[in-house]
Amino acid sequence: MSETTSIAPKPFDWSSPEAAARRKRRYAADRRLRLYGLISILTAIGLLGILITSLVITGHTAFLQTKIAVTFTADPDDIPADNPASGDFRAVVSNSVQGLFPGIDDPAALRTASNILSNGATNIVRNYVVSHPEVIGQTFTLEIPASDPYDQLNKGVIDRDLPENRRRVSDEEIALFESLEERGLVSTPFNWGLFINADSRFPELAGLAGAVVGSFYALLVCFAISFPVGIAAAIYLEEFAPKNRWTDLIEVNINNLAAVPSIVFGLLGLAVFIQIFGLPRSAPLVGGLVLSLMTLPTIIIVTRASLKSIPPSIREAALGIGASKHEVILHHVLPLAIPGILTGTIIGLAQALGETAPLLLIGMNAFLTSPPGGIMDPATALPTQIFIWADSPERGFVSRTSAAILVLLGFLIFMNALAIFLRQRFERRW
Amino acid sequence: MTGYLFLTILVLSLIAFYTGRSTASRFVAAHGSEVHSRPIYHGAFAAVWVGLPALILVILWLLFQDAIIDRLLVASFPPSLTEGASASQLSLYLSEVKNVAAGRIFAEPSPEIEAAAERYQRWQVIAHWAMTVVALAAAALALFLTRSRLAPRFRARQNFEGALDVVMIASAVAAILVTIGIIVSLTYEAIQFFRLVPPHEFFFGLNWEPQIAIRDDQVAGTGAFGAVPVFTGTLLIASIALIVAIPIGLFSAVYLVEFANDRVRKVVKPILEILAGVPTVVYGFFAVLTVAPAIREAGGLMGLSISPNSAIAAGGVMGIMLIPFISSLSDDALRAVPQSMRDGSFAMGATKAETIKRVLLPAALPGIVGGVLLAASRAIGETMIVVMAAGLTATLTANPLDGVTTVTVQIVTLLIGDTSFDNPKTLSAFALGLVLFVATLCLNVLALRIVRRYREKYE
Repeated sequence: MSETTSIAPKPFDWSSPEAAARRKRRYAADRRLRLYGLISILTAIGLLGILITSLVITGHTAFLQTKIAVTFTADPDDIPADNPASGDFRAVVSNSVQGLFPGIDDPAALRTASNILSNGATNIVRNYVVSHPEVIGQTFTLEIPASDPYDQLNKGVIDRDLPENRRRVSDEEIALFESLEERGLVSTPFNWGLFINADSRFPELAGLAGAVVGSFYALLVCFAISFPVGIAAAIYLEEFAPKNRWTDLIEVNINNLAAVPSIVFGLLGLAVFIQIFGLPRSAPLVGGLVLSLMTLPTIIIVTRASLKSIPPSIREAALGIGASKHEVILHHVLPLAIPGILTGTIIGLAQALGETAPLLLIGMNAFLTSPPGGIMDPATALPTQIFIWADSPERGFVSRTSAAILVLLGFLIFMNALAIFLRQRFERRW
Repeated sequence: MTGYLFLTILVLSLIAFYTGRSTASRFVAAHGSEVHSRPIYHGAFAAVWVGLPALILVILWLLFQDAIIDRLLVASFPPSLTEGASASQLSLYLSEVKNVAAGRIFAEPSPEIEAAAERYQRWQVIAHWAMTVVALAAAALALFLTRSRLAPRFRARQNFEGALDVVMIASAVAAILVTIGIIVSLTYEAIQFFRLVPPHEFFFGLNWEPQIAIRDDQVAGTGAFGAVPVFTGTLLIASIALIVAIPIGLFSAVYLVEFANDRVRKVVKPILEILAGVPTVVYGFFAVLTVAPAIREAGGLMGLSISPNSAIAAGGVMGIMLIPFISSLSDDALRAVPQSMRDGSFAMGATKAETIKRVLLPAALPGIVGGVLLAASRAIGETMIVVMAAGLTATLTANPLDGVTTVTVQIVTLLIGDTSFDNPKTLSAFALGLVLFVATLCLNVLALRIVRRYREKYE
């Protein structure tokens, strides 16, 4: 032991300036790491903030719609009383535009003026007269959506102070619009059309009804398939399956399936459901089938987790009074696991609701002006509708797209909140 | 129509349940405890055997009916139509026949088509009625057979549970069938593609211009299928995404595990999870609406010309999406390092930063690498962000300010619109899909294996 004493280091002076400097450096490294962590977290949260803020800033205007109160005269010469739908509503509309701007009779200026009203004005008037035939021969006032440039102008998206050649509406057009404003004919009520109209080429008429219905049908199909199949598969794997190569293979396979890119499921849907089975393109049925394949692994995984969390005492008690293994699971374990399964299923469906790529491949990005009537009709879904609008060149679709995204995020928040509520309300700690 | 059939089968199944149960109740009244199964199992046994086979029959029938009728229809075309017609021409005739049958007539159809449409309608009606009759007959037969088997000593519970087992096993196997379906369909179409375009051209060619003319009058590319620029574009965008996501995700995880208190963690973790829950189409729109213009403007200030669909905008936004993946998997990995290792390091006088750098990160490295690999697999398979924000033309470049295209973008653009399954343009999408599937599968298997092995080490 004499060697150890000979190589004993000479005592270190902890109070020396070098030591103090080194300590300082080491603590500075500590603080730096902490700072990097904070910066990273704040960056991530900041990016989320920017994402949401930019969507709200561009999207909030689409929840309001500029409307113009127009008085129409349902002249019996234009609209035959016995068949109002066949009437010349173009004439009715252009007459009332003339009535709006009494000073104008130059046809070119009149055409400019009539562009203030949405292109769908004739349809709106026709629908109104057909459902209220008693107005024929009288005058009536309707709130007609303003066409996109004037809508943007009214909401301040188009700056009136810019030089004329740098904005989309000319001085003359602004003057026409301002004359309407002075007479108090312009209003901006809440845009119910965003929720009750289907898609349209004209931003001021485009709505999400078709997409919401399409998404609903697709999710319904997805739920009807993935929920029972997922639970049955999970029960088998968790409770009955022997531990062997085959069940191992199924397990690995399910874990991998959960990580396959969604677009590959779209390719599968296109090649198998549409090409081989001949199911219709663009149908929510096919969309739901594809989404169910993607949701299935999620549901299997959460169901297994909630089955696992049921304590063995429950099973043993049931077995002890003579229940068969199936009875133990169907009568005791599964009912206790249902809240957890439902929570996981809702989260899986929320993921499916936001999925876009596979739906594009099976053609759920069609342009459709009416909501689907069933799971076999062509349809769009909310995320594909967002994609279609994002691709549209009209300026008004930018805010519509943001608004559609906000609606989609609203649905997702609702579903996740429901899942959290279910978990907190029904979760049992054993 | 088909809905009523399902409903009828369901009603028959319910009838079977109630009659089975009441029959068994009479057994109980007559024989007491000699009856083997409880009445409800007799009912369930009858219901399963009446409902299930008929339902499966109807579903299979519906799946294959259209395909078979199509085949028959093509076979029944008179030779004047089929003579020298290509497959795409035949499918055009087929859709014309269907349009005529559905009453959507645009031009005066030829007499052959009209005759075929009439046949089509007739066959559809026949097929539908045949299906109804066969399904209901199967259900009725099952009702009769199950009734005759009910007896006091009949083991109805075992029988019913056996049927349940079959259903459960079939469900578990369905998950495998999906994988097999993916592999078979992608491989089959990819082989069709490689018959038209040799594999070496696809894997090593430097020129990608797949937009060939489907009709003669279209303006189109030359039909070059060298996928190297597509692969490099994918790798470029994925690398940019990882460069953004790895530091932010890793530092966040370190902070949350080692520095933050419980309250901060409870607030921050769910917020980071929100980033993973935002649909990718939203990120895509965000990239187009906000990020790409901002980057262009910033580049303009520095005197750089940045393409409007630059790789850096798409990759950067994809990086935001990947932050929560990296942070939550690194979080798990750091948390799994035993406390004793931290304590040992602190006992030696190491500071927190030194402990993290020298002890925790090396110990958690496999888990972190697994997380990065999973994120990489996400990045190359991600579709909507790149479809909306990245370019369409395949340029062979490593410059992040240029526009590049990716595998997923090409798949989507190739398959939107005209899709007929006999030209290399459509089929090349499946070849790309196969490459994508194999690449992500390898990354996932590798990542899961690393993560699992690592977990075992500390447990």
